[in-house]
Amino acid sequence: MPKITVNVDGVAYTDEVEPRLLLVHYLRERAGKTGTPVGCDTTNCGACTVQLNGVSVKSCAMLAIQADGAEITTIEGLGNGGWHPLQRAFNEEHALQCGYCTPGMIMAAADLLRTNPHPTNDEIRQGLEGNLCRCTGYQNIVRAVRRASEAGAAT
Amino acid sequence: MIPAAFDYHRAATLDDAVSALAGGGEDAKVISGGQSLIPLLRLRLAFPSLLVDVGGLGDLRGVRDEGDSLVIGALTTHDEVTRDPLVAQHCGLLREAAETVADPAVRHRGTIGGSIAHADPAGDLPTVATALGATMIARGPGGERAIGAGDFFVDYLTTSLAPDEVLTGVRVPKLGAGWGYRYLKFNRTAQAWAVVGVAALVRRANGAVAEARIGLTNMGTKPVRADAAEAAAAGAAATGEALAAAGARADEGTDPPSDLHGAADYRRHLARVLTTRALVAAAGA
Repeated sequence: MPKITVNVDGVAYTDEVEPRLLLVHYLRERAGKTGTPVGCDTTNCGACTVQLNGVSVKSCAMLAIQADGAEITTIEGLGNGGWHPLQRAFNEEHALQCGYCTPGMIMAAADLLRTNPHPTNDEIRQGLEGNLCRCTGYQNIVRAVRRASEAGAAT
Repeated sequence: MIPAAFDYHRAATLDDAVSALAGGGEDAKVISGGQSLIPLLRLRLAFPSLLVDVGGLGDLRGVRDEGDSLVIGALTTHDEVTRDPLVAQHCGLLREAAETVADPAVRHRGTIGGSIAHADPAGDLPTVATALGATMIARGPGGERAIGAGDFFVDYLTTSLAPDEVLTGVRVPKLGAGWGYRYLKFNRTAQAWAVVGVAALVRRANGAVAEARIGLTNMGTKPVRADAAEAAAAGAAATGEALAAAGARADEGTDPPSDLHGAADYRRHLARVLTTRALVAAAGA
């Protein structure tokens, strides 16, 4: 089997992988990053969003073998051991109920703030269009991203 | 779901990709961003025996200025297309449509070449290529060839690319001054495929429409031009009324599908309404 080397949340991993292994399954089952859930299986819901070389990707829509040499950040590594401002803002604004979408929501929001540190409410909704939440109606999610942006989450 | 097993070859060069495809037979598929193919693998709607990954071929990425046209490398992602200054300056229709493809995470991985070679009639970029009269550039064992959009898109998910050919780039004409454009689509949720989409290009001269080019998304088994509406718009006054008369003919000669997302007659209605709106916006009427 082909071998890949990836850096996940600051730790290097080298593993043999079957070509058909999806990145999300690699992250959960090999790297133990169960903070990244498998959601819809159709590239719609965004729950499995991670950062690949600094930009958001849906880890269910990528083969692990395609990530060879990449640096990946999951929700578990976003805060460098503490809470990222987005995580704190989601907590404070009650931007979740069941929490299943939250890791992907936060990773997508982090990507939005990377390119647009002070988005309007409309831009937040556009930036999160690839992430579905079935509980909150999005209101508090938008508030949380605004709060994080005002707290300087992008820096 | 877990995809069915396949072999995987990471191409080191374009020639390497072509020879791997030639050796892989009809069941070999090209992959780069995988944003269309991987969902199909996971749903087990596709069973390639071999995936040839061209994602590392940096020569196929980026936008080249070639005088009166731009050549957009097949591996240029949708996100890169939306941010490219040459595309913004010379082919705003493409930028506008690429911004509407799926969502930001998908646009980071998905490529213009993948979208066009996948040839989903619900896809936005095949329609834009059709409206622009783009030329697809392919490399096979016999060398390079150029394929016009009208010959490239053959049927549902089917192009005239041979199994051992790789789409390397897309040549689009620069739109000179005087051209206006608009891509509009109707979908039921933010990131969904278009139920119907319209790509309209209008060249104005002396207050009238001198020329119109209209591509339709999801109005058949491949992207189509709205010939009757184009003919009706040419020479028309650049007014809402005149363009509505042209838009009313947008569905002539089309054969839209009926599916879960809409019945054929509903799609015809959408095509007429959206074409009118897109023509009005493109003409600045």
